[in-house]
Amino acid sequence: MKTIMSAVAALGMLFASQTSFAQAPAAGPAPIVAPLAAPVEAKTAETPPTTAEKAAPVAPVTTIGTSAPVDGIGQPVPGGYTLQPQVTKDGQYGLWMHDYLLMPMMVGISLVVLGLMFWVSARFRRKANPVPSKTTHNTFIEVIWTLIPVLILVGIAIPSIKLLASQYTPAPANAITLKAIGNQWYWSYEYPDHGVELTANMLSNEEARKRKEPVQLAVDNRVVLPVNTPIKLLTTANDVIHAWALPAFWIKMDAVPGRTNETSFTVTKTGVYYGQCSELCGDKHGYMPIGVEVVSKEDFAEWVRAKGGKMPGDATAEPAAAPVTTESPAAATPAAVKN
Amino acid sequence: MSEATATAHAFESAHAHDHHDADHKPGFVGRWLMSTNHKDIGTLYLIFAIIAGIIGGAISGAMRAELAAPGIQILESLAGADGNALHMWNVLITAHGLIMVFFMVMPAMIGGFGNWFVPIMIGAPDMAFPRMNNISFWLLVPSFILLLGSSFVSGGSGPGAATGWTVYAPLSTSGSPGPAVDMAILSLHLAGASSILGAVNFITTIFNMRAPGMTLHKMPLFVWSILVTAFLLLLALPVLAAAITMLLTDRNFGTAFFDAAGGGDPVLYQHLFWFFGHPEVYIMILPGFGMVSQIISTFSKKPIFGYLGMAYAMVAIGVVGFIVWAHHMFTTGMTVSVKMYFTAATMVIAVPTGIKIFSWIATMWGGSISFKTPMLWSLGFIFMFTIGGVTGVLLANGGIDNYMHDTYYVVAHFHYVLSLGAVFGLFAGFYYWFSKMTGKEYNELLGQLHFWVFFIGVNIIFFPQHFLGLQGMPRRVPDYPEAFTYWNQVSSYGYAVMAAGMVIFFVNLAWSMLAGKKAEANPWGEGATTLEWTLSSPPPYHQFETLPKIS
Repeated sequence: MKTIMSAVAALGMLFASQTSFAQAPAAGPAPIVAPLAAPVEAKTAETPPTTAEKAAPVAPVTTIGTSAPVDGIGQPVPGGYTLQPQVTKDGQYGLWMHDYLLMPMMVGISLVVLGLMFWVSARFRRKANPVPSKTTHNTFIEVIWTLIPVLILVGIAIPSIKLLASQYTPAPANAITLKAIGNQWYWSYEYPDHGVELTANMLSNEEARKRKEPVQLAVDNRVVLPVNTPIKLLTTANDVIHAWALPAFWIKMDAVPGRTNETSFTVTKTGVYYGQCSELCGDKHGYMPIGVEVVSKEDFAEWVRAKGGKMPGDATAEPAAAPVTTESPAAATPAAVKN
Repeated sequence: MSEATATAHAFESAHAHDHHDADHKPGFVGRWLMSTNHKDIGTLYLIFAIIAGIIGGAISGAMRAELAAPGIQILESLAGADGNALHMWNVLITAHGLIMVFFMVMPAMIGGFGNWFVPIMIGAPDMAFPRMNNISFWLLVPSFILLLGSSFVSGGSGPGAATGWTVYAPLSTSGSPGPAVDMAILSLHLAGASSILGAVNFITTIFNMRAPGMTLHKMPLFVWSILVTAFLLLLALPVLAAAITMLLTDRNFGTAFFDAAGGGDPVLYQHLFWFFGHPEVYIMILPGFGMVSQIISTFSKKPIFGYLGMAYAMVAIGVVGFIVWAHHMFTTGMTVSVKMYFTAATMVIAVPTGIKIFSWIATMWGGSISFKTPMLWSLGFIFMFTIGGVTGVLLANGGIDNYMHDTYYVVAHFHYVLSLGAVFGLFAGFYYWFSKMTGKEYNELLGQLHFWVFFIGVNIIFFPQHFLGLQGMPRRVPDYPEAFTYWNQVSSYGYAVMAAGMVIFFVNLAWSMLAGKKAEANPWGEGATTLEWTLSSPPPYHQFETLPKIS
């Protein structure tokens, strides 16, 4: 009985979703800024051992990249039935397209078909209509129900093509390059512009709970990215195919051995965002999450230096980082163009 | 729609000169192991599909039990003390997909109902190549044994092939040492050969063995659907055979077709696989279209609306189905123009599909509709397929698919068109033709009960999976973050409801076979106009020794 009720509730939610979607992006940003600042400081005091431990081999201690996630942002919510709130331009466009174009289309067509079926079943049941008609053709109506779907599809195709074009707009020259490399079963990352490398493994459930992070989404080393800065994402893999997916960014890009895929995005809100590997890659496919923390540009610079890298303006350590910066775009761009 | 008013006495009085009259049957071994009779082979296919369906369905039960709560529930006990629970999970998803596609839906739809009713509906005595028909069936048996056997040999980190039904390289090559994946590949080879032989047989039969007057444009839509399906099989399966042969040589003979380190490309495999794989989904659904068309017409007591549009919509779906494959690969990294093309081409398929949906409703319009079990399944089919269809239009958008790809949204989508589409078509056909095939009537009350319980069950299973996908839950994971718990639990409860529906089905099946009323030749009345209803139930062992004439 309970299950049937929830199924009915689910159907109801579909229609309710229109309004709740509309509020989500507006309500989202307000709380995200405020709570973020506080937990960061709290965290500093609370978890110095972990932070120090991780940063120890590198250089100055930093707490950037360890702030607490905000419920409902960048991660699924219990019982949730909507798209995750989006924090990139293309993501917001996709969210709009889903909520205000595709959902009405899907619900509308399903209801029209269901309504017609109910009406026909009632009106032309054997008792109500004992003598069947012999109509087998009506060219006019057949043309109508061919043309109307065509028009609906054209109406969908136009914004859809627009979204694709926007997603494929190459990152500008000042973009920050992040290279995500899939391995069985963890992600490793390179910042070729900054000379930073890191490896991200899933946290154990106990450790994730201790850090107040969602289990199976939390990682030991988050990717840290600056807010409002174009990011050029390159993906590849060392063993089998993986996929780097981050729902809140509307990003999913396969990491294929032997080729480098490229996509780009700009995150407009600071915060912690989670994703999961999205291509079957063997035993622990379900256990190689993706954790990204988006911070202010200043914090990003501080984080880069704390990880032993250098920001483009930094004078020191030139030779060490140089090979990385020159090698990567040269190697990556042709591969991306190839496919 | 064909007005097949053949005269019954013409073929029932067809006593031959010797003892080979129409109902002389060979002994057990001759009849069932060396069969050349299309009806017996059809029966064998159906029995095979039911057995495979029980196995595949039990596997999905294990999967839903595992996913009922976060954490690992049953995999450890399934894998055994020193087994690898996570490998076990991937074996389950692989086996569920392959069994349901290759050993349940296809044998039931094409081998089972196609064999049984295509020759009868076109007024032919049998298939064109009866012995090839037999080998088509018997290739499936070793094929299935190979697949099941693969779960007992090493597939890398544990026993069984753990590659997903898509067998993507390099997970299926360098990622899965051990003979399990080789066995699974050989299993697919045999199943593919079986289907190709079957397709040749159907095409030849339909083109050459139609009774006098049965022109192509008078053929029942079910025959049209099998004809289109046979062409899809004939053109798509060789590509699968090539792709998995290349996997086999990559695995065993040092080739590097899909190995980037040797100059190959893993994505090439995906192109080859989906060039087969997308037509394959139409192979699974088109015969369902055909059956639903027959049933809607029968129970509305009206000829099908827009017959030519219906027939050529299927042809159009078949043709366009071959040029949309890369929408399964939107995230592999393709250029913007390629992605735009596959977005647009995929959407085009919605047009002929819409024609079919509306024509079914128009067939009912003005009819005199009775809601017997097969009609309920057909109506369920139409609505569920519509839901799967509209989410398909959503997924066709390459830019939107970036979010949905490889999430549970996709799982929900393709189960709406397959588990609630193709399977509903199968049950519709099974109840529709049950009395014709067995000579016994099924129990109407149990049939209707089966429908409603199953309908509610599968919707509780799969509708919430849309929500999981929207929230970002990836496919093919044995465990999930706690936020996904609620809808996964609901989905698993739905499995129990669905399973209860299946119990009703098997009770009905047993009861009807043992104690069902003897069926008349045409239990459906004036709406049933195709040739099978002019024969006795069950039909004579050899029908149409004198060909019927279609006016």
